[in-house]
Amino acid sequence: MGEMIAVNDLVKNYGEFCAVNHVSFSVPEGVIFGFLGPNGAGKTTTIKMLTTVLDPTSGSIRVNGHDPTREQKQVRRSFGIVFQDPSLDDELTAQENMDLHGILYGVPRAERHTRIDALVDLVGLGERKKDFVKTFSGGMKRRLEVARALLHKPRILFLDEPTIGLDPQTRNHIWGYIQQLSKTEGVTVFFTTHYMDEADRVANDVAVIDHGKIVAQGSPAELKERAQCTNLEDAFIALTGHAIREEEANATDRMRMMGRAWRGGGRR
Amino acid sequence: MKAIYILCVRQLKRYVRSPARIIGSLGQPILFLVALGFGLRAMFARAGQGNYINFLSPGIISMAILFNAVFSGIEIIWDRQFGFLKETLVAPVSRLAIVFGRMLGGAIVAFAQGLVVFVICMIAGFRFVSSPYLPLAIFFMFMIALLFAGIGTVFGSVLQDMQGFPLIINFLIMPLFFFSGAIFATSGLPRTLRILLQLNPLSYGVDGLRGALINQFAFGLTTDLVVVTVLTALLLAVGSYFFSRIQL
Repeated sequence: MGEMIAVNDLVKNYGEFCAVNHVSFSVPEGVIFGFLGPNGAGKTTTIKMLTTVLDPTSGSIRVNGHDPTREQKQVRRSFGIVFQDPSLDDELTAQENMDLHGILYGVPRAERHTRIDALVDLVGLGERKKDFVKTFSGGMKRRLEVARALLHKPRILFLDEPTIGLDPQTRNHIWGYIQQLSKTEGVTVFFTTHYMDEADRVANDVAVIDHGKIVAQGSPAELKERAQCTNLEDAFIALTGHAIREEEANATDRMRMMGRAWRGGGRR
Repeated sequence: MKAIYILCVRQLKRYVRSPARIIGSLGQPILFLVALGFGLRAMFARAGQGNYINFLSPGIISMAILFNAVFSGIEIIWDRQFGFLKETLVAPVSRLAIVFGRMLGGAIVAFAQGLVVFVICMIAGFRFVSSPYLPLAIFFMFMIALLFAGIGTVFGSVLQDMQGFPLIINFLIMPLFFFSGAIFATSGLPRTLRILLQLNPLSYGVDGLRGALINQFAFGLTTDLVVVTVLTALLLAVGSYFFSRIQL
């Protein structure tokens, strides 16, 4: 099996600040890979560089054999992504959101329709596909986003904290679908999470990043053994320390707060 | 091409599905039409300038288009906040196609609102005259829509959040409207004001539309056509440029 993601000596500087500091790792095809780290460790910055929306300062990246800075289109066709925040159009129905995605990714009409039906059924939204997304709960939106990310048959699925803010039932369901997909379609999964129990349960491989550097890499069992801990959370803390990380709120966070205040709370 | 089409359709769907927005954005043009149109009608006639409603209506139609077109660009901020923007930016489609789809959709929506206001003006007593330029009215309405969708896109791409919104209303949209010749004639204005008017892109749109509808040009048809077409092309390019620089 080849390497689906290969990162070599990756660096991203923001002025003086080094967000990603000489990072190297690789993700073999077909595995579920957990990318773990405290807030501000460089997880999202790395995902942005892997998914073509941010250019690295130096170093090389290969996603499905392509360079995200020079072969944007090939890379973009290779992956599906579920962002940390919802990215659906609330004013459209579930089906319309899926359809729009399919058209943007050039999925032919007939295939689009059969795949949309199959995928919304898979995530348990078959009955609701004609409903507006604004009537969906947080968990339903998440499931729809997973379905949407898979519509164009990506080789890699990026999930940036896919289960944040969801109840254990929904989390279990979502991971259930993802594990099933990884088995049946051979999709490589690259995810971040703060829930170490989740990472322990679903990931074949994990990397821990802190202060922009990879501090550990291996299977969850290897990490636990190396840190002499019985669970991954303790191992994680042993690796990254106890200090609480502060992140500066960026513009998007401020907007999120405003949106929340206007809508009377709750994640959209 | 398909990407441009589907993003355009998306905006039309959102427009048609939100009657509150359609009716809400009619409030201001109606207010100006009634307050100014009927308020100043007698004075305008007494000054020997003829029917003020006929003079004002093209300005009010332009205003409706201006507002809606700029707002459609500003919608980028909403899409950024509610996440949909990201979905389009990681798609294997060029940014140019995305921004064109958005601007075109926004322009069609603004144009449609212009048509609604057109009908309202007719109800208020507006009568256009038949002239060879009449078909150009549609052209000018659509060009105003595209031009300001471009300007809206610039601001929507540059602003990070809604905090700057009142700034745009008070320091961009309102001055553009008031100093465009939409509500008063250019002749007999103080020099500074006249220069301001001549620098305002909307002035040429309003003048073109008014000329096409009631055969009364201030700058002349050729000037209006050239200025509006060139500026529209320019603003579409500038809007695309700023959109292409958006960082997630």
